[in-house]
Amino acid sequence: MAISEKEVNYIAQLARLSLTDDETHTYLKQLNDILLYMAKLDELDTSKVEPTCHVLGLENVHREDEEFPSLSKEEALLNSPDKNDSFYKVPKIIE
Amino acid sequence: MKLSHMNAHELKALLATKEVSCKEIMSSIFDEIDKREYDVAAYIHIRDKKELFTEAEKIDNRRLKADNIGILDGLPISIKDNICTKAIPTTCASKMLENFVPPYDATIIKKIRQADGIIIGKTNLDEFAMGSSTEHSAFKITKNPHNTDYVPGGTSGGACASVAANECIMAIGSDTGGSIRQPASFCGVTGLKPTYGRVSRFGLVAYGSSLDQIGTVTKNVKDTALLLQVIAGVDSLDATSVDESVPNYCDLLSLNGKLTVGIPKEFFAEGLDHEVENAVKNCISLLEKDGHNVIEISIPHTPYAVPAYYITACSEASSNLARYDGVKYGYRATDTKNLMDMYLKTRGSGFGAEVKRRIMLGTYTLSAGYYDAFYLKAAKVRTLIAQDFAKAFELCDIIISPVAPTAAYKIGEKADDPLAMYLGDIYSVIANLTGLPAISVPCGWTTSRLPIGVQLTTRALNEPLLLSAAYRLEQLLATVA
Repeated sequence: MAISEKEVNYIAQLARLSLTDDETHTYLKQLNDILLYMAKLDELDTSKVEPTCHVLGLENVHREDEEFPSLSKEEALLNSPDKNDSFYKVPKIIE
Repeated sequence: MKLSHMNAHELKALLATKEVSCKEIMSSIFDEIDKREYDVAAYIHIRDKKELFTEAEKIDNRRLKADNIGILDGLPISIKDNICTKAIPTTCASKMLENFVPPYDATIIKKIRQADGIIIGKTNLDEFAMGSSTEHSAFKITKNPHNTDYVPGGTSGGACASVAANECIMAIGSDTGGSIRQPASFCGVTGLKPTYGRVSRFGLVAYGSSLDQIGTVTKNVKDTALLLQVIAGVDSLDATSVDESVPNYCDLLSLNGKLTVGIPKEFFAEGLDHEVENAVKNCISLLEKDGHNVIEISIPHTPYAVPAYYITACSEASSNLARYDGVKYGYRATDTKNLMDMYLKTRGSGFGAEVKRRIMLGTYTLSAGYYDAFYLKAAKVRTLIAQDFAKAFELCDIIISPVAPTAAYKIGEKADDPLAMYLGDIYSVIANLTGLPAISVPCGWTTSRLPIGVQLTTRALNEPLLLSAAYRLEQLLATVA
């Protein structure tokens, strides 16, 4: 199940990663090597096996829908690379 | 002996009788940092010296007034730099978070502060805890304190090096696939990965959420019990944490009766270094001579652990790391044309090679049409491995094994071959796939004077048995050393 250069570029686009040509070629080879190795799992018949989600079998945890203190607006914006008053600033979305 | 070279319990005894002060301990640690840090490079950030001495002095004054002091007694503790510390930078060793200063503390940081531990600084790691050598940090390469030509292991390489080089008394690390135990083995210190859910992960920067666990790095098993005591417990801010009472680990260290120790036959196969094998076998014979029953067991699905681990870890990483979008915090690329271009360039230039490789792999294995073949398949294989362990624990109490197939390797040796690096995780990833608690204890040296560790594993939430077995083994090793 080898992946092609076209697929590598498609995955990079899905993952929102700009890659240089060099990176694309390196990842093409490395991903194929690693995926070939991962295919080892195909040896196992798991049709009747339940998947593990939480290792101790813990299920959903619920709490009352109550307010409790959270970060202030200033704290929440503290690490933003670009902001304007109390908003995160991003490049223009609508042309 | 220098104060910095002592373990936490030795220092606690000296503090209790007021023979030494926290300020003197801090000063001894800084002597060591001045002497070793330039070569070892364990830390990404060391806090302001004045601030640290003020904190130490405050605790000393409280002690003089006979106030109650928490069980960490003002001892200097280093924190891996993927755990959020309020007002102290937390970078994950990534350009992406180079300037990130968390507005909140991780739960374990709150607990350490409440127990009067002093957070001395933040230690280096492979970027976002992805790697096995601490060579994949965006800022610096940490060196093995026993020989600076060698890697300290990873990803908690900075944490383990900081303890081994006496640049702190104890350390906090995180373990997703062996990231505490393998560097502990490489650096000759004691590293514990508790049961998944035993310690809150709130404030730990997420990598592989179904595998990640915070744990301890110390100079001996008794100190492990002390630090685990502080950080263990359920947390409403971490829905995966387990609501079980926390035993008194320090009081439960002495072993009652004899153990049945299991040796997984699949672990002593091809690829295991001879010196490591001999060191582990030496531990087995010491336990046998001590009257414990040693039996061979089987974990038939061992060969499937590494592929199942990397599928799970990379899939979860690709999802977790989607949050680094250059908007809410962290790095943003400049000179971008539009929003999409900003995302692509920010993530393309903000992440390092290993992180991008894992995001790519994980995006692929989660993408439409492949989820069942990869992620779901790996989750089912985890069940099969867990069943192997359940069967093994019907026959034995403790499983003994190597931590890693080799001792530390030279810096640069595996940097260009990711698959070879991944295969080194064979013995350690299993505890993460199954959630079981496991500890690495120093057990010997190679002929080139590099440390070797041995791994003990037991049933979920049975840290008291794990620690008491490790404590016993540590004593047995000390008598023959």
